Amino acid sequence: MGIDLRLPVGTLFALLGLLLTVYGAATRGQPGTEPTGVPINLIWGVVLVAFGLWMLLLARRARRAPSSTP
Amino acid sequence: MTLHWVDYAIMLLYFAFVLGIGAMLRRYVHTSEDFFLSGRSIPAWVTGLAFISANLGAQEVIGMGASGAKYGIATSHFYWVGAIPAMVFVGLFMMPFYYGSRARSVPEYLKLRFDEKTRALNAISFAVMTVFSSGISLYAMGKLLNLLLGWSFDASILVAGGIVLGYIFLGGLTSAIYNEVLQFFLIVFGFAPLVFLGLRDVGGWTGLSARLAEHATATGFAAGAYTRSWAFMGNASANPVGVEWFGLVMGLGFVLSFGYWCTDFLVVQRAMAANSMTAARRTPLIAALPKMCFPFLVILPGMLALVVSASSGVRPRPALESAPAVSAAAAAAPAPGDPAPASPLPPARGIVPPKVDPRTGQPLLDARGRVVLDYDLATPMMLVHFFPAGLLGLGLTALLASFMSGMAGNVTAFNTVWTYDLYQSYVRPGAADSHYLAMGRFATVFGVAISIAAAYVAASFNNIMDFLQLVFAFVNAPLFATFALGMFWPRATGHGAFTGLLSGTLAAAVHHGISLPAGAHVGVKGGYLGVLTTYPSELAQTFWTAIAAWVTCFVVTIVVSSFTQPRPAEALRGLVYGLTPKPTDDVKQWYERPGTLAVIVLTLTLALNLIFF
Repeated sequence: MGIDLRLPVGTLFALLGLLLTVYGAATRGQPGTEPTGVPINLIWGVVLVAFGLWMLLLARRARRAPSSTP
Repeated sequence: MTLHWVDYAIMLLYFAFVLGIGAMLRRYVHTSEDFFLSGRSIPAWVTGLAFISANLGAQEVIGMGASGAKYGIATSHFYWVGAIPAMVFVGLFMMPFYYGSRARSVPEYLKLRFDEKTRALNAISFAVMTVFSSGISLYAMGKLLNLLLGWSFDASILVAGGIVLGYIFLGGLTSAIYNEVLQFFLIVFGFAPLVFLGLRDVGGWTGLSARLAEHATATGFAAGAYTRSWAFMGNASANPVGVEWFGLVMGLGFVLSFGYWCTDFLVVQRAMAANSMTAARRTPLIAALPKMCFPFLVILPGMLALVVSASSGVRPRPALESAPAVSAAAAAAPAPGDPAPASPLPPARGIVPPKVDPRTGQPLLDARGRVVLDYDLATPMMLVHFFPAGLLGLGLTALLASFMSGMAGNVTAFNTVWTYDLYQSYVRPGAADSHYLAMGRFATVFGVAISIAAAYVAASFNNIMDFLQLVFAFVNAPLFATFALGMFWPRATGHGAFTGLLSGTLAAAVHHGISLPAGAHVGVKGGYLGVLTTYPSELAQTFWTAIAAWVTCFVVTIVVSSFTQPRPAEALRGLVYGLTPKPTDDVKQWYERPGTLAVIVLTLTLALNLIFF
């Protein structure tokens, strides 16, 4: 119906990931940011960006090949 | 605990997208079918994810974490014995009748198959239950945010209710479904790091098993009681769930799970919005694939909360905003009238805090003088304990998303049943479609308003939530017997179904009234008709209540049907198995067939059961 859901999902997660990555990089090494010694904001930010971009890529490919259902 | 700007930024970004999706979908809603059934135009992967997301409300995320802390890995039975087989069944065998009959709701199917009174009974009880469930969920959310972050209860529920209202009002079911998919991903990505950090802290599954083994022996069970799902199910007293395998498989696996996943319009509505019969049948099967992994996402945090060291994490000793301080001395106080109290457990176990009596500010003690833990806080405490600013925003947003998706599921199911099954049938039949579309929007406002009112009722009467959930359980327990007989036995009649449903609900109430879980007081927990039997746990009582209701409904429906006039076979075409042509699969690949998917799903589920046996 109208909108390919992968577009908003991809955009949201890419933006959330970007926010976390930048914030994680800026606060790297500060006390209270690395539970059990893992820079989790940075790592998880990158994971979210990757997922977001993958969703956007799928949406793009579906638009180029209109035979496949959205 | 105060949040950082980055946490608020994440929440606001999410809310903006949620409302944005509703606004974007508004221009696609022209008819009532667009609003209530998404014009039957949604691809299977979307309806599949929405199918589980509508159920992924607070009860799931908070409740399964709580059960994980309470019962250990045996909580996975709710998935690997309960949900998955039922989801396979509804996809393979029942969806052809729901989707194929062109009924617009589950109560409407009952009308087509049986008669008007059976539909009215189901529609009214369902409509009442959905708004109250969403109210209970709102109340739980407001309370949790107040406790954790010190946010105002009123503001929390008004804002959450307002956002849900906004996006459903604009885009109807499509908007709810699209947002449920968004919420699904958010919950997965918000909780996965929790499991990762928790497992890292305790030394992986091996470390978790070792620590839970200590906890198990300390509470009088065998070492593996919290980490093996089947090994101790031979005897109700050998496992923390307090149920033996038969009650588990029949009560939970058969009656409760099939009753919920196969008949509850809240989830079935998602499949009915699919764009083809095959897509509708694939919806629960696609949903089953992520669903079977959920125990790792929602149960593990609870198990971990019990054993992680209180000094690890970014907030070593999470303090609750509005809970009174609990002193160790208060926790050690013996229960009044208990002559020789057992040595009390420490006030908190892992990072699970004790339950506090709201009137006295002291920790609650059970009948044996031991501190009662507030298991519902297991998962939220894990979030606060492990997540630094940034990720905490994501985790809290995921928690909010779960509350909102549960509420939205209830509200969309409510507005459809209200408009089609009650308003169009009994109040104003034969009006123009635009009138029903407007009524749907109005019912959304109305449904959200009652939910908010119900949240305040729940807040002012402590026991009303327990009481309502009890009544819902009585109403839901017999349902699957009615649907199974309706779909697979042409001889079943409307009188039979109606009497069966009523007597099943009555049987549930009677069974609950004559039984009591060990250590509970007579009242909302049961025993109000005189305690004839005691169960080792509340779950055991719940399962056997469901079995009693199902068997009664099944037998009464058959007996009454045999004495009443059945409908002619041609009137049941498309509604009953055997009188309906087998649906054909319109898929391109062999692995997309519902039958193949079902085999894959069941094999994987069996493997999971064996791995954690």
